[in-house]
Amino acid sequence: MLTTNPLAALFKRSPFKAMQEHMRYAVECARLVNPLFEALIAGNQDEIEAIKEKIYVAEEQADRIKNKLRSQLPRSLFMPVDRRDLLEVLQMQDAIADTAQDIAALLVERPMEVPEPMQQPLMRLTARCIDACEQSARVIEELDELLEMGFRGREAAQVEAMVNELGRIEDEADELELELTRILFRHEDEINPVSVMMWYRLIEWTGDLADYAEKVGDRLRLLIAR
Amino acid sequence: MEILAEHGTILIILAVIFGLYMTWGIGANDVANAMGTSVGSGAITVKQAIIIAAIFEFAGAFLAGGHVTKTIRKGIIDPSSIADTPEILVFGMLAALLAAAVWLMIASHKGWPVSTTHSIVGAVVGFAVAGIGMDAVNWGKIGQIVASWAVSPLLGGTIAFLLMISIRRLILNTDDPFQNAKKWGPLYIFMVGFIISLVTIFKGLKHLNIELSVGMSVVVAVLIGLAVSAAGWVLINRVTMDPEADREFHFASVEKVFTPMMIFTACAMAFAHGSNDVANGIGPMAAVVSIVQSGGMVAQESSLPLWILVLGGIGIVVGLATMGYKVMQTIGTQITELTPSRGFCATLAAAATVVMASRTGLPVSTTHIAVGAVIGVGLARGVGAIDLRVIGQIVVSWVVTLPVGAFLAMLFFFLLRGIFG
Repeated sequence: MLTTNPLAALFKRSPFKAMQEHMRYAVECARLVNPLFEALIAGNQDEIEAIKEKIYVAEEQADRIKNKLRSQLPRSLFMPVDRRDLLEVLQMQDAIADTAQDIAALLVERPMEVPEPMQQPLMRLTARCIDACEQSARVIEELDELLEMGFRGREAAQVEAMVNELGRIEDEADELELELTRILFRHEDEINPVSVMMWYRLIEWTGDLADYAEKVGDRLRLLIAR
Repeated sequence: MEILAEHGTILIILAVIFGLYMTWGIGANDVANAMGTSVGSGAITVKQAIIIAAIFEFAGAFLAGGHVTKTIRKGIIDPSSIADTPEILVFGMLAALLAAAVWLMIASHKGWPVSTTHSIVGAVVGFAVAGIGMDAVNWGKIGQIVASWAVSPLLGGTIAFLLMISIRRLILNTDDPFQNAKKWGPLYIFMVGFIISLVTIFKGLKHLNIELSVGMSVVVAVLIGLAVSAAGWVLINRVTMDPEADREFHFASVEKVFTPMMIFTACAMAFAHGSNDVANGIGPMAAVVSIVQSGGMVAQESSLPLWILVLGGIGIVVGLATMGYKVMQTIGTQITELTPSRGFCATLAAAATVVMASRTGLPVSTTHIAVGAVIGVGLARGVGAIDLRVIGQIVVSWVVTLPVGAFLAMLFFFLLRGIFG
């Protein structure tokens, strides 16, 4: 029996399914940042550790898919999109999961208090950043349809609109991030200086969730344009 | 001459055995490639593929298999210089058959992808050079054949590319892809029936004593196209929207419309394959039979006996039933990335290309053309990931198969001449 049948050898596993699978885990990580901050505000350290574990599990799954996908994309592969563009989208997706992981790790290693005036704005920022991640996941879910249409036409236009919407969400997240930073600076004298530094960092990382989500969309735009 | 009179029966029996073995091998390995795109895209099951292949491979061999058979039988070699020693041609054709069959057996066992067409052409040339001389080979014809091996996959790829673009324009990139798929589907099916039957009918049915004028050929082809299209229309109309699946993948329902359409391209592909590849087995067999039966006439004015075409068809079907279904199953599970719409484009393009080659009498590789067609769909940004190393593999199989087939044929030729001569 032919084991190296030319017709069968021609087809390699489509990378787009794996991209979507990876993105689902990345978004799961981002979503968990919300209960993580809720537990922080409530001062529930056990809950924080439990959520950190969940984030680590999801991030590990994402990593596993990422590594497998990378090893399945040799240069000899002919794809409807540029290989480098695709790998960059993947890298941005992965950065979402990594950022969520960093936030969780910091909160477990260094328990912090959330000053009252920061609580509401922090949750608002987190919610908007997760919105951005979910929007970028919706964009990635369109990869099947993009492939069906050859990355052109109506489907491409629709994805373009979704990416624009993603950009709008990210702008809002930027505003919220700035607002929260201002509150932090306004109260910096009341907070332990090291905590101020840590908060500055945490706010930045939270905002990064939306930044990376936007970059997923931007890279995908490049990928479509080729 | 005495040799033929003395051993005539045994030589014919040998030719039939070798020829049947060859066609059996084609049915066991090659047919699976022809049906692979249809099974892989989920349009038909392996069982359905076998039934379709059994009927249409046979029909293809019987109705349109004569031209390529003629090329293998008397197009490659000019035997006029051995008119006095016709047994050389008989031994040679037997040797060529045996060489190709043995080489295919070794290659399949090792898992090397080789083409039956290349094996038999290499073998016939090899024996001619060794047994008769360089001048006996019709190099012009060989040039044509070799050129067709490069051109036919390109043509298949181009047609597949254009079909893919047209489906996007007319169906996918519209307000209501599902309704448009139902609207245009029957037209595409008409094309399947029309192209295949026109190429076959047009001055191609002389062996059945049917000679139609140009106009009549077109009329008959249109009628067949319409009949096929009507059957397709009925099947397509039964397809309903699946809102559940559409939520997951927006084009799920549209793809469902292409599923019944692929039944027709699967039939066309089996027909095309039968019309081209069966000749690899029965061409040399026919040459031996006609020389022996005519008492040593190498000129071979006689036409191809129908029973030989029938025998070739039977060999393919038996190969399919005994081993082909397993290969088909394996390939089917490996090509699942091909959706019905892509499978439709690739299969129709390949079938049309192969039938055209068959009508011209050019022995081509169905597998290579199918590969070309899939790459054509890929170039239209239609397939997730294609491994282009396959092209290199195919080129290597060319480079290896031709000399090996030739060498084995020389070997068997001297062996047979030693035994009978």
